[in-house]
Amino acid sequence: MTAAVVAETTGASPHPEPQEHSPKRKLTGYWLLLPGGLWLIVFFVLPLYSLVATSLYDPDGSVLQGYDMTWAFSNYWHALQDYWSPLVRSLVYGAVATFICLVLGYLLAYAIAFKSGRWKNLMLVLVIAPFFTSFLVRTLSWKLLLRDDGFIVNTLQFLHIVGADGRLLATPVAVIAGLVYNFLPFMVLPLFASIDKIDHRLIEASSDLYSRPAVGFFKVTWPLSLPGVVSGTLLTFIPAVGDYINAQLLGSPKQRMIGNVIQDLFTKANDYPAAGALSVILMLLILVMVLFYVRRAGTEDLL
Amino acid sequence: MVGRNTGSAGAGPSRRTFLKAGGVAAFGVGSLAVLPLFGSPSQVQDPAKCFADDLSSTQKKLVVSNWPAYIDPATKKQKNTLQDFEAATGVSVDYTDDVSDNAEFFAKVRNQLGGCEPIGRDLMVLTDWMAAKMIGLGWVQPIDADKVPNLHKNLIKPLQGRSWDKDRNFSAPWQSGLTGIAYNSKLIKGVGSFQELITKPELKGKITLLSEMRDTMAFMLKVVGADPDKFTDAEWEKAIEELHKAVRAGQVRAFTGNEYIQDLTAGNIVACEAWSGDVIQAQYDNPNIKFVVPEEGLSLWSDNMLVPNKATHEGNAEKWIDYYYEPEVAAKLAAWVNYICPVEGARDEMVKIDDTLVDNPLIFPSEEDLKNTFDFMVLDEKQSQKYEGEFSDVTGG
Repeated sequence: MTAAVVAETTGASPHPEPQEHSPKRKLTGYWLLLPGGLWLIVFFVLPLYSLVATSLYDPDGSVLQGYDMTWAFSNYWHALQDYWSPLVRSLVYGAVATFICLVLGYLLAYAIAFKSGRWKNLMLVLVIAPFFTSFLVRTLSWKLLLRDDGFIVNTLQFLHIVGADGRLLATPVAVIAGLVYNFLPFMVLPLFASIDKIDHRLIEASSDLYSRPAVGFFKVTWPLSLPGVVSGTLLTFIPAVGDYINAQLLGSPKQRMIGNVIQDLFTKANDYPAAGALSVILMLLILVMVLFYVRRAGTEDLL
Repeated sequence: MVGRNTGSAGAGPSRRTFLKAGGVAAFGVGSLAVLPLFGSPSQVQDPAKCFADDLSSTQKKLVVSNWPAYIDPATKKQKNTLQDFEAATGVSVDYTDDVSDNAEFFAKVRNQLGGCEPIGRDLMVLTDWMAAKMIGLGWVQPIDADKVPNLHKNLIKPLQGRSWDKDRNFSAPWQSGLTGIAYNSKLIKGVGSFQELITKPELKGKITLLSEMRDTMAFMLKVVGADPDKFTDAEWEKAIEELHKAVRAGQVRAFTGNEYIQDLTAGNIVACEAWSGDVIQAQYDNPNIKFVVPEEGLSLWSDNMLVPNKATHEGNAEKWIDYYYEPEVAAKLAAWVNYICPVEGARDEMVKIDDTLVDNPLIFPSEEDLKNTFDFMVLDEKQSQKYEGEFSDVTGG
C-alpha cells in the first residue's frame, strides 16, 4: 500500500508534452483516473478514516454499547506503552528477514538472470511455484520440517549446533525462517527484473578497464540493480513486519509480533481503540521508515 | 528515465508549492471534520421488536451454520441424520460448517445483528460464553417451549439451569465437551493436575495451553484456590500472575486452538490442556494419547443452537432442535462426533449402534465424573474486555 503511494507521487513528475492539447483531451486523463480513484476512495480512503476514527474513540466505550468520538489521543500513548516490545520485535524480525531475503534473493536472481541460460523461464516458474499452495499449508509444513523429533533438529543436535534438549520450533529462528521462506519470491522477482535489464556490455567494459570482478560488481552491477533492491526490500519488509501467521504457527508467546497483538485486540479483547491506535502507529512507522529509506537510497526516480 | 523535476528550486515558494500546501491543509481540515462521522452506535437489540415473519409454513427451508466435522457424514450405504431429518419433515436444509472460532464468527455477524438486519441463517451454533453474550445483547430469538418438547424432556441434568439461560428459553446444546489434560503416554508417565502441568520442570517448554481465555483461566483460578464460577478481581490478578510466571519461565510452549493435537501426536509437546472430543478422535490413530481428569476438576461446556434475530424459518429450526433431541438420533450423531451427548436416553440407544462407546466416559460421563465440573462466571462487557485484554497480554509474553 505504502509502496503504491510512494510510486504514485514520484511517478507523477510532469514530462514535456510536445503536442498542444484541447480541453477535451485534458479531461481524458481524469476520466482514466476515475475507476482507480473510486476504488481507492471506497476501499482505501474510507476504511482509513474509519480506522483513524476508531483509534480516537473513547477507551471507556465498548463495541456493544457503542463508542463516542472523544479525540482520545491518549490511546496512542497507552498503546505504545503497553505494546512497545512486540512492536520493536516485529521491526527487528522484519529487518532480519528482509536482510536474509536480500542476500539469498540477490544470489538467486543474479544466477537466474545471468547464468541460467535456457533454464531461465523454468527457474522463474520454480520461484513462483510455491504460490500454487496456500500460504497456511506451506507454513504448517514448516512445522512438520522443524519438529522436535524431526530430521533437521536431530541433525543439528548431532552437530552440536543446538543442545541435546534444544529445538527450533517456538524460537525466533523458526519465525524468521518462516518469514524468509514466505516472502522470498517478493524479493527475487523485482531483483530479477532489474538485474535482467542490465546491459552486459557495461560489465564487459568494466573489465576492459582493468577492474577486478568484485570492483566491477560494486561499481556497475549493484548500482544498476538498485531499483530492484529498493522495491524488493520494500515488498518484503512491509508485509513481513505486519505478518502474524508465522509467529502464531512457528513461534511461542515469546515471539509474538505486532500483527498478533492487533488481531487479539480486535477479535478477542474487543478493544477497538487500542487496536486502531496500534494499526495507525504501525502504518505511520513503516511509512516514515520507507520515506527515509527511499530518500537515503536516492532512488525516488528509480521506483 | 526523466531527470528530476527541479521546478521550484528557485527562491521563495512557487505557485505550485503554494497550491500543494493549500491542498494538504484543506485535506487535513476536511479529514478532521469527517472523522466524527465514523461513530459507533449501541448494538443492543430487543428480540421482541427485531424479528422477521416466520415463513416456515410456506418455505420448507432451513439454513444452519455449524462447526466443521460436527455432524455425521452421509455415505453411499447409509443416510446421515441430516438426510433423515429432511425425509421426515420435508424441509430442505442448507448446512454450512462456517463457524470455526467464536470470536471470528462474532466479528462476522456483529454489524448485521447489531443493526437489526438478517444474517441469512436460521440456526447458528456457538459456545456457552458467546451464546450468553449474544443473548445478553438481545440478538437471539426465544425458542417456543411447546414446539421443542424433546429438548425440555431429554436435556441431561448437568446442562440444565445454566446461569445465562436458566430455562433454556433461547439455547439448546448441540454437543458438549470437557476441558481437561491430555498427554502422550509414550513420552511421560502421566500428569495429575493443572498445577503440575504449569510447574513441573520436566515439562518445561513441552506443554501447550488453550488460547480460549475461559478454558485456561478457569483452571488457573482453580490453581490459586478460587472458584471460576464466582471470583473477585483480586483472585483474578493472582491467577493471571501465576500464568504469567509459567510463561516467563518458558514452561508454556504455545497457546493454541485445536492444533495442539498435531503437536501432541508428533511429540513436540508431551502434555497439554485439551478438549475431550479431540482426544477421542486422536486416540483412533495414536492409542498413546490419554485424557485425564485433573485434580482441579473438569470444565463442562457446550456448543449451543441459537436462532438469530430476523431468521425467517424459526418454525423449521424448532423442528430441527426437537428432532436432534430424540435419543435415537442423538446416539447416531454421538457415535460419529464423539463429544458428550447432551441427550438423556441416548446411551441406551447407543447399545444398538456401537456398544464400545457406551462405557466411554468422554461421551457418556457418569454423574460421578460430572460432580466435579465447573463453569466460568458470566462476564459483562467491561470485565470481558479487561480480562481478555490481560489474558492476551500474558499469552503474548
